[in-house]
Amino acid sequence: MQMTRDLRIVSVQEWREAAEGTVSVRGLSAWYGRHRALTDVSLEVRPRSVTALIGPSGCGKSTLLRCLNRMHEVVLGATVSGQVLLEDEDVYGSGVDPVSVRRRVGMVFQQPNPFPTMSIYDNVAAGLRLAGTRNRGVLDGKVEQALRQAALWDEVKDKLRKPGTALSGGQQQRLCIARALAVDPEVLLMDEPASALDPVATARIEELMVELKRDYTVVVVTHNMQQAARVSDYTAFLLSEDGGGGALVEYGETRQVFEEPRDERTRDYVTGRL
Amino acid sequence: MISTYRRRKLANMLMLSLLGAAALVAVVPLIAVAAYVVLEGAGAINLDFFTQLPSPAGEAGGGMGNAVVGTLELVAIASALATPTGVMAGIYLAQQGRGTRLGPLVRLLSDVLNGVPTIVVGLFVYGLLVLTTGSFSALAGGVALGVIMLPVIARTTEEAVLQVPSSVREAALALGLPEWRATLRVVLPTARSGILTGVILGVARISGETAPLLFTAFGNSFWSLDPTKPIASLPVQIYNFATGPYESWHRQAWGAALVLMTMVLALNLAARWLSRSR
Amino acid sequence: MARELRTGMLPPRVRRASINWGDRAFHGITTGFALLIAALVALLVLELATESVPALSRFGPGFLASTSWNPVTGEFGALPFIYGTLATSALALALAWPIGVGAAAFLTELAPRFVRSILGTMVEMLAAVPSVVYGLWGVFVLVPLLRERVEPWLIERLGVLPVFSGPPFGLGVFAAGLLLAVMILPTLASVSREAMSAVPRGQREALLALGATRWEVIRAVVLAQARSGLVAATVLALGRALGETMATVMVIGNSPSINVSIFAPASTMASVIANDFNEATGLQKAVLLELGLILLVVSLAVNTAARLMAARSTR
Repeated sequence: MQMTRDLRIVSVQEWREAAEGTVSVRGLSAWYGRHRALTDVSLEVRPRSVTALIGPSGCGKSTLLRCLNRMHEVVLGATVSGQVLLEDEDVYGSGVDPVSVRRRVGMVFQQPNPFPTMSIYDNVAAGLRLAGTRNRGVLDGKVEQALRQAALWDEVKDKLRKPGTALSGGQQQRLCIARALAVDPEVLLMDEPASALDPVATARIEELMVELKRDYTVVVVTHNMQQAARVSDYTAFLLSEDGGGGALVEYGETRQVFEEPRDERTRDYVTGRL
Repeated sequence: MISTYRRRKLANMLMLSLLGAAALVAVVPLIAVAAYVVLEGAGAINLDFFTQLPSPAGEAGGGMGNAVVGTLELVAIASALATPTGVMAGIYLAQQGRGTRLGPLVRLLSDVLNGVPTIVVGLFVYGLLVLTTGSFSALAGGVALGVIMLPVIARTTEEAVLQVPSSVREAALALGLPEWRATLRVVLPTARSGILTGVILGVARISGETAPLLFTAFGNSFWSLDPTKPIASLPVQIYNFATGPYESWHRQAWGAALVLMTMVLALNLAARWLSRSR
Repeated sequence: MARELRTGMLPPRVRRASINWGDRAFHGITTGFALLIAALVALLVLELATESVPALSRFGPGFLASTSWNPVTGEFGALPFIYGTLATSALALALAWPIGVGAAAFLTELAPRFVRSILGTMVEMLAAVPSVVYGLWGVFVLVPLLRERVEPWLIERLGVLPVFSGPPFGLGVFAAGLLLAVMILPTLASVSREAMSAVPRGQREALLALGATRWEVIRAVVLAQARSGLVAATVLALGRALGETMATVMVIGNSPSINVSIFAPASTMASVIANDFNEATGLQKAVLLELGLILLVVSLAVNTAARLMAARSTR
């Protein structure tokens, strides 16, 4: 099906590489108890790009994000229907362990949340260690690599034994990004990763997102439209109308969504009229 | 009008003073008990008290070394039984039990168990372990104290686990950790000081218990560490000596009370300090 | 795709069971330990019921109403101990309630911060003092004081009332009630404090702004809204008083008799178990176990009621 759509792909191996990190959402609805938070959302996330989810608060953008790595169901009473395909596997298929989904789809939260009882090093190594990596050399290498990718290495290389909570807010958030990257995910989800940070720290996180899309598929939730316009390649606009669950209104290249929105509601929102 | 206003003012003054007086009266017993225990007990405390056996009936001197050791052994047995059990049950109450019907029931039963008279727990363990083995034992005493300690640890663990921000747990889950590893490796270490507070409170609660030991650990006039044999303890020794006829016993009882009360109050203050400095 | 796409308006059924084997095992283990607590409560009742069968079958329900207590002839009744338990608990509640609730109101509503923390800690420390230490203090300090000063004084002035009549023993219902009052004070004070602190600040301010005095605010807002919490505190304190053993056995005089005077010696269910169990044999042991069973059932009922009320009052 993918093959016929893209004729440039010639071998199975190339096809696999191109598909790594694709996320297809199909007919996804989500609930908290009886309350519907998301209604029938379908979209294809392009690999190795930054996709921004925007919309007014309560539109379901964070819920959509949390459905992508099955973190939604961590909340008591939360349920989902529909499909999320990671490459070609439905993460909600029967027999799929959410644990294995989350290893492939990393997540960074709104509030920096390093593990309070662990050092900087242990925070980054946590995912690997708990998956069974014991070799010191391997761990050292992965920790350094992840911290470099998160642009934090130079600031912390001399204090890896200090607690992660001793860092500044912006550094903590980059530590959390490093922690997520250390387990080699294919997709990185970011839930308003800069909303708790000052402008300088925010700028560093934004630079980082652009860097990261070389290796990862990045999906970011933001309430800041300038940020979405600055960092993302694709933008999805969600809206919850008359108290129902949030629905997808428009999805396309970021430039198009901001400059030539097809839907009137999108135009109202991106021009600040909603 | 004015008279109403004055009457209300007067009633206000009177009632507020009564409330203040109630608060003062409430602390008088603590001061009175503590003062007597210190004054009467200090004289009995010396090295012999901690190293010697009780002297024969009516004779001066001697100590309560065996009861001090016995209390420590009983508390150790109880803690070893109740801590892992209580922590696991507490995790259940805080996590897996949420949104189920069993969770609230267990929470209620845990609180109810906490309110069961300790003498009844003593009778229960007497039937369970003393009758079946045919002997009073340190183990039976430890089990009885463990039953009393269990709900304290379960409920404080539940509270400590609930205090861990959900963001910490979610970060662990999002990293691809299974629930059980996230709980044991990330959530529990974060809740550590809260759980420790619970264990300390549990130890404080049981180390002064007497009634559950009367028919389980019984008592012993000699040194013993054997968990299958009867064992002496400070609270039971206080009871036996205080109700006995000899002046020297009474002095020893006050001394034991001083040791016990110092220990229990110190544990309680430590728990408070720990929970505040979190 | 095995599952069809569902886009209905209603949420799908919640899937609770994890498919991770480690999670399943962990879930099973924690559930097992939680069930252990439930099993312990059930086992308590079962064990005491089984052990007291000889007494249950011999005396039946008449046991509760009989006053005989004769180990030689094998005639036993629970009434003196039920009376002793109720009398000491009622006396303790009557003495401790106004002080505990008053102290709680003072600490939540009036006390400056540092006074609140010092007095609050001291009241809570009252709960930490081992009951046998209260008993010791009762035997050597309280009982002589009652026998030589307080009881003669009360008998001289109020002796016409049967409740305050008779010789001053020192040991007896009065001494036990006083000690129990001290021991339930922290329960009353701390549960009441919780209930009072749960009353929203804005409500107090609303009434103050209408020109009410502090006392009027306490009475009309704080005490009124904390009422179910205060009831829970009372019931919990009652539960503690009913089952308290060591302090009681040391000062109550241990006599299986019913007297109108509060200065007379008596026995409670808990105290007679503590006092007689190790010497008892055969039927008497079963009788004491039955008293334990009664105590257990009453405490289960009282505590369940109190917890349910407390849960409702702070919700």
